[in-house]
Amino acid sequence: MALSCQPLGSFPPRLSVCVLLIVFVAAASASHDAPQDGTHDPTNVTHKKGFPVLLFNYDHVRTPFEISLWILLALLMKLGFHVIPRVSQVVPESCLLIVVGLLVGGFIKAIGEKAPALDDTLFFLYLLPPIILDAGYFLPVRPFTENVGTILVFAVVGTLWNAFFMGGVMYGVCQLEGGQLASVDLLSCLLFGSIVSAVDPVAVLAVFEEIHINELLHILVFGESLLNDAVTVVLYHLFKEFSAVGTVTVLDGVLAVVCFFVVSLGGLLVGAIYGVLGAFTSRFTSHTRVIEPLFVFLYSYMAYLSAEVFHLSGIMSLIACGVTMRPYVEANVSHKSYTTIKYFLKMWSSVSETLIFIFLGVSTVAGPHAWNWTFVVVTVVLCLVSRVMGVIGLTYVINKFRIVKLTKKDQFIVAYGGLRGAIAYSLGFLLPDHPMKTLFLTAIITVVFFTVFVQGMTIRPLVELLAVKKKKETRRSINEEIHTQFLDHLLTGIEGVCGHYGHHHWKDKLNRFNKTYVKRWLIAGERSMEPQLISFYNKMEMRQAMMMVESGSSAKLPGLISMQNIQPKVESRGRTIPKISKGREEEIRRILRSNLQQTKQRLRSYSRHDLFADPFEDMNENLSEMRFRKQRVEMERRMSHYLTVPANRQETPPVRRVRFESDDQESSRESSGVRARNVGPYSSPADAISVLEESPPLRPNRRSDGGARRKTGEPPTQARRVSDPGPN
Amino acid sequence: MGALNSLPDEPQYVGLAEKTGFSFEQIGILHKRFKQLSNNGETLRREDFNTIPDLLCNPIRSEIIEAFFDRRNFRQTDAVGTVHEIGFGEFLLVMSHFRPPSIRLDDEQKEVIRTEKLRFLFNMHDTDNDGTITLEEYRHVVEELLSRSGALGKETAKGIADAAMLEVASISMGHMEPDEFYEGITFEHFNKLLKEFEVESRMNIRFMNMDTTTLCK
Repeated sequence: MALSCQPLGSFPPRLSVCVLLIVFVAAASASHDAPQDGTHDPTNVTHKKGFPVLLFNYDHVRTPFEISLWILLALLMKLGFHVIPRVSQVVPESCLLIVVGLLVGGFIKAIGEKAPALDDTLFFLYLLPPIILDAGYFLPVRPFTENVGTILVFAVVGTLWNAFFMGGVMYGVCQLEGGQLASVDLLSCLLFGSIVSAVDPVAVLAVFEEIHINELLHILVFGESLLNDAVTVVLYHLFKEFSAVGTVTVLDGVLAVVCFFVVSLGGLLVGAIYGVLGAFTSRFTSHTRVIEPLFVFLYSYMAYLSAEVFHLSGIMSLIACGVTMRPYVEANVSHKSYTTIKYFLKMWSSVSETLIFIFLGVSTVAGPHAWNWTFVVVTVVLCLVSRVMGVIGLTYVINKFRIVKLTKKDQFIVAYGGLRGAIAYSLGFLLPDHPMKTLFLTAIITVVFFTVFVQGMTIRPLVELLAVKKKKETRRSINEEIHTQFLDHLLTGIEGVCGHYGHHHWKDKLNRFNKTYVKRWLIAGERSMEPQLISFYNKMEMRQAMMMVESGSSAKLPGLISMQNIQPKVESRGRTIPKISKGREEEIRRILRSNLQQTKQRLRSYSRHDLFADPFEDMNENLSEMRFRKQRVEMERRMSHYLTVPANRQETPPVRRVRFESDDQESSRESSGVRARNVGPYSSPADAISVLEESPPLRPNRRSDGGARRKTGEPPTQARRVSDPGPN
Repeated sequence: MGALNSLPDEPQYVGLAEKTGFSFEQIGILHKRFKQLSNNGETLRREDFNTIPDLLCNPIRSEIIEAFFDRRNFRQTDAVGTVHEIGFGEFLLVMSHFRPPSIRLDDEQKEVIRTEKLRFLFNMHDTDNDGTITLEEYRHVVEELLSRSGALGKETAKGIADAAMLEVASISMGHMEPDEFYEGITFEHFNKLLKEFEVESRMNIRFMNMDTTTLCK
């Protein structure tokens, strides 16, 4: 089987392992037909066989073994693709995975085994939820809500248009063509149209992840793929029922519309309920931090399953749950749990996606096919045509209501990004035994292949060609956050002055409601009162502090803009900038560096073996401590910065900041004179520095550094200082 | 429709429409609102803004009200200072800063509009008219934003404002000697800071063509 390439001449070890495993599985499944003799049976022997040293009992572990094998295979494939850099830049990963699936399916068929098909239970209950949860939990809420009108129009009206247009035209074509296709009636065509018309979130995610398109387009296409689930569910059930019955009445039509609202709003409601429950639960988990991520996952999965029980839209339920839960859960859980949630979601969704595409390939080889040139070709063409027409028509209407209009380029990307994927295939698979089922399945598979391969591969060069705006890579800065909030309030105010209740007014009202009532219930402790700007700032500080710990070098030292550059200068005449000789400077710097290195090692060993004194464990409790730590880093930075002041000022007695072994003698006399002037314009470290002066002459041992940096007012029992987040 | 009947100042509207870019219907509606706020007077004063209930719970209401009386927003070059009352023309001029840019503009015109909007924001921050936003003024902005959060606002506001100024300084100046002092954010630095911010598409409100002022007080 095709695997990562290795330098020619060495037999790839991975390849051999995989081949061995496959042979093993094949042999094992072959032995399944052999007479059952798994356990040894010493009492019933016809002839003495001797005590069996090595036995073979595969059936016992068959199912988990095969599942693990498949997942392992999928992940090895993923690894392999990144070893070949050129291929992964041209071809999106989804295509490669489908190809691998085709090969594996072919291989399995070749050895005479029955290949597993993409079972719909497996797909809808196990493979799809992680992807949707990952998408929903990390959904960028602001662009989504700003464009929700557009997204809904595309999702609902666009999908309806696609379904009916395709169904209708297919019916016409079938009637015209005659022959084998004449037996296809209108309702079957409409059913087929409804299956093929829905844009698939898995495929969209897989392709759009790699092209890094700007946020607006991404959220438009992706949001549409998520929200059209409700429409698909209703249409699918509607036409499935009716193609069994054969006729449609007006009453049925009305009921279908009602059903649509029930399905979508019901799904959202179920999701929101579970989301609130999850947020409420997370409020109490401060003592059992390790199971926090599980609550998030389980509540979301329950939301999905509960929605599926009532045939409501599971996808919308999952999205609603994730979006509702997230702000409150993030305020409540520890930093580690947050990281765990993030990584587990990414991990599961990645595995799911890989498996889906591989299985798609395998099922293609396995499934029964009925090829009909007309039908298939017309389907593919119609998909494109109806999508383009739908997007253009809808955009014309939507642009009348949008402030930021969609340009032609945007429309093209939206139309071209309407990929079909595994959901369409599974829905086709779910069809009851319809006479045309195999034909439909073949057509669906072809459409999926076409969109994923052709559109998926060409969208990246097209994006480059059309110079579509890409996603901006930089992280949000504190200034942008300030101005975002400022702008929100400004626009709300101007709307008030103008006198009409617009978009911003309602958003402001919702925010205020959230703040006064909801947050109080769902967020533990003091965090419930924290405005968004402060949480953003704290997160940023935390991130910076961690970066400082991890980088741990003084590389950025010279020329850094620090607080002194922006603090208004206090007029202090006669302030002499204390100066130290070159030699002293070197000595101090050396000692500082070695101390900070040692602190770094100390910090590392603490965080690896000692869960107790973990500085970043509980952001909630350690906020003030963190802030102080940041001040200390500032102070240290300033100290070392001070020491690099160029030697062109007049000679003054050496700096009395930190006492080292060599300085003990000469220091004590000059200290008092220089001390007052050392303080300078800096407010916060002044206290710390004065403490330095007051600390008794230190003995020349390692502990001097810990003492020299003692915190103001902190009891000296803090011997186990795990802070000092490294040098900058 | 009410708007069509009350267009007595047709020639005046033409001039205003050209200056601000609003359509006649929009100008008519805004005129109605102006009359509502000023109690059918010719000019608006600061106190008239206090009658708007929504503005009362807005944390930056004083800045918003000041912006209406700030001469720098009246599109007259080199005008500084504030006035005590404004007429409808000035009211409309200030409002025109929030008009969404037309889709048919080319890049240069978009740049002009963007600069205008950024200038408006800058003027809101720069309360002493000296052309730079000092640390004190920025701190004031952050404090106002956090003013509804009570006690924990003050200290953190200082910290946040300091961090923000540090960021501006890093972006604009790059490297500074320890003795150099960063005076404040000039307009160029402000522009550079908010380069990614897409002000031209975000700082807009929807000006209706239909009269909805009767729906709300």
